[in-house]
Amino acid sequence: MGIIPVDTDILIIGGGAAGCFAAVEIYKRYPNCRVVIMEKAHIDRSGCLAMGLNAINAYLNPGQTPESYVSFVERQFEGVIRKDLVYSIAQGLNEVVKDVEEMGLPIEKNEDGTYRRKGKRSIRIFGERLKPILAEAVKKTPAQVLNRVVATNFIYNGKRVCGAFGYGVRDSMLYVIRANAVIVATGGASGIYRPNNTGEARNLMWYCPWNAGTGYAMGIRIGAEMTSFENRFIALRVKDVHAPTGTIAVGAGSRQVNARGEDYLELYYKHLGGNKCLTQHRLLATVEETKAGRGPCFLDTTTLSETEERRLKEDFLSMNPQIILLWASEGMNPKKRPVEVQGTEPFIVGGHCQSGYWIDKERRTTIPGLYAVGEVAGGAPKKYVSGSWVEARIAAATALEDMQGRNLEDVDDEVIQKEKARIHAPLMKKSGISPQQARERLQKIMDEFAGGVSMSYALHEERLIEARRLLKLLKEHGKDIVAVNNYHLVEALECIDRIDVARVLVEHLIYRKETRWACYQTRLDYPGKDDNRWLVFVNSVYNPDTDEIKMIERPLCS
Amino acid sequence: MSIFIDENICNGCKGLPEARCERICPGDLCYRKENMKAAIRDQSACWTCACCVKECPVQAIELKLPFQVCSSGASLKARLKRDKTIWTIRDADGHQEEFIIQAKCLKGDT
Ligand SMILES: Cc1cc2nc3c(=O)[nH]c(=O)nc-3n(C[C@H](O)[C@H](O)[C@H](O)COP(=O)(O)OP(=O)(O)OC[C@H]3O[C@@H](n4cnc5c(N)ncnc54)[C@H](O)[C@@H]3O)c2cc1C
Ligand code: SF4
Ligand code: SF4
Repeated sequence: MGIIPVDTDILIIGGGAAGCFAAVEIYKRYPNCRVVIMEKAHIDRSGCLAMGLNAINAYLNPGQTPESYVSFVERQFEGVIRKDLVYSIAQGLNEVVKDVEEMGLPIEKNEDGTYRRKGKRSIRIFGERLKPILAEAVKKTPAQVLNRVVATNFIYNGKRVCGAFGYGVRDSMLYVIRANAVIVATGGASGIYRPNNTGEARNLMWYCPWNAGTGYAMGIRIGAEMTSFENRFIALRVKDVHAPTGTIAVGAGSRQVNARGEDYLELYYKHLGGNKCLTQHRLLATVEETKAGRGPCFLDTTTLSETEERRLKEDFLSMNPQIILLWASEGMNPKKRPVEVQGTEPFIVGGHCQSGYWIDKERRTTIPGLYAVGEVAGGAPKKYVSGSWVEARIAAATALEDMQGRNLEDVDDEVIQKEKARIHAPLMKKSGISPQQARERLQKIMDEFAGGVSMSYALHEERLIEARRLLKLLKEHGKDIVAVNNYHLVEALECIDRIDVARVLVEHLIYRKETRWACYQTRLDYPGKDDNRWLVFVNSVYNPDTDEIKMIERPLCS
Repeated sequence: MSIFIDENICNGCKGLPEARCERICPGDLCYRKENMKAAIRDQSACWTCACCVKECPVQAIELKLPFQVCSSGASLKARLKRDKTIWTIRDADGHQEEFIIQAKCLKGDT
């Protein structure tokens, strides 16, 4: 493995929604800046946006204000959110959408030229090519894009982040990238829990399977403070293909019914708000219906007209082509058969829920030189794609300002050799465990002991303590993973990262001794919500020297 | 199976250092075999995102659902035009349906 040194002013790790937008923003403000984007896949189609999107889910339609947006998110998350972060996002939403429209994103319009709304805080787009459109905007800037280079660790001198290491999957080189500021934008973490689909269909999941939580893991390993990992995200999705249900429920106005055809939310869950309940309660009700013997549950699409049905298919082709295949199979046409819904396995994401780096309002992490945006940044749920862009804009401005007058730090050869050896280790081994074995072991532990699908997401202390023990053992096995080629090496590194994330997650799940969010964090041993004690953030800092995870509480702020 | 590559149609993207499907797959699953035909290294790792399906200039790749999830054999193909995407879905009985969907505003280009 040779070494490729790269020097830059700002390094962006992850060229997804937030990463691409950050690069464009930096050049808008400061055309002479040097920017490098390190991307594991290819920026043309990477991360969550690879398939496309059919809606911008965070937008202030007429009648909405930043204040009303913050109140909405606060209510959805039972009072625990970083209002300062959510407010700063809400203020920028409409502007960033306009910018992306100018890059070439087609947005559906009403006859009077206004955007076609999909609910109060969402608009409809033709977003199949949203990712290539963002990538094209990046290519118009002088940013240097390193595709197929997987970030593995930050370069950290004990005081500040001075760059990052990456492994070139095509050229087998170690990239040593020095920077005055590093923006991490690697998305959230999938694959921590055993997925709904297994075997041949294991990656037919909702979240991007290659957002493996590496950005979190790299931060954890240098002791960056993380927040709210216990606020897991579990999505209510179309069974098997995991297509978003909002497109059908809000977009096409279909009713949600149980196996008996009853409007179960209104009939049995009126105390939670019926059809107007919180997102998490819609999921809870669906899980409960199955337990009560009234499942499975469906979205009733059988009343759609021909035109509405075709429109629905078009909407999905721009975001989730799999469902079209499902509907083309025998007896599955949505007009003939209602669409079955189910909960996914839990994911760790900061864009729908709020797991991620603890950041200040300017998107600085707790480690100097390091900024976090998008799904990897915590405290601001429901930011979605447009909120990720706003965060990218804020971090770009902060990074530019903070790096004025700074010089690149030297990197000790010893540090480089150590990372090289760590990355290379799985390739050197002749026998051991495969990445698949390690992944399946992790997913089994998390599913059974930390509230996965098979446990109906429920948690309690005794099982979590066992998860803690088993994960510690599994971490030891990390050094036994064998890789026979670069593809497997990336899988091996992903496993190691996922284990680091899972360990922090389990500590968070143990620490919050109440039930704050239904299904996302349901404690069987502490079933009630306790506002006197737990209106706080649960944060953590890992100590790499002692291998201990220290828990910290932070008060809510205004 | 999640994607099916028709070797009779695949031209191997000859002349390119990297095949188009290989360049685009977000999971790095496509590669060119020695005979310059595309292949997928692990069907079970496929997200069925259709990026490779859209990127192939000769429509050699079809999207399918794994048998575990659906046994009917429906398949989906796509063609990219400058500002739209054309999808063709073929169901189990061979019925075809086409969708033409806007994907980009060209005003930014000119
Ligand atoms: C299936 C799906 C549908 C969605 N639909 C909508 C919708 O309709 N409307 C909406 O508003 N939002 C939607 N979202 C949410 C939205 O896509 C995300 O909030 C947004 O993409 C987050 O941006 P990000 O940059 O943080 O992550 P991403 O866009 O996923 O980008 C992360 C990037 O980091 C790269 N990366 C990961 N690890 C590494 C590494 N080790 N080294 C280098 N690079 C790395 C990835 O390849 C990727 O390019 C959807 C999400 C999903 C998964
Ligand atoms: S893009 Fe199409 S033609 Fe090119 S190698 Fe892949 S399958 Fe073959
Ligand atoms: S469908 Fe997507 S994940 Fe599967 S091989 Fe093609 S590009 Fe890769």
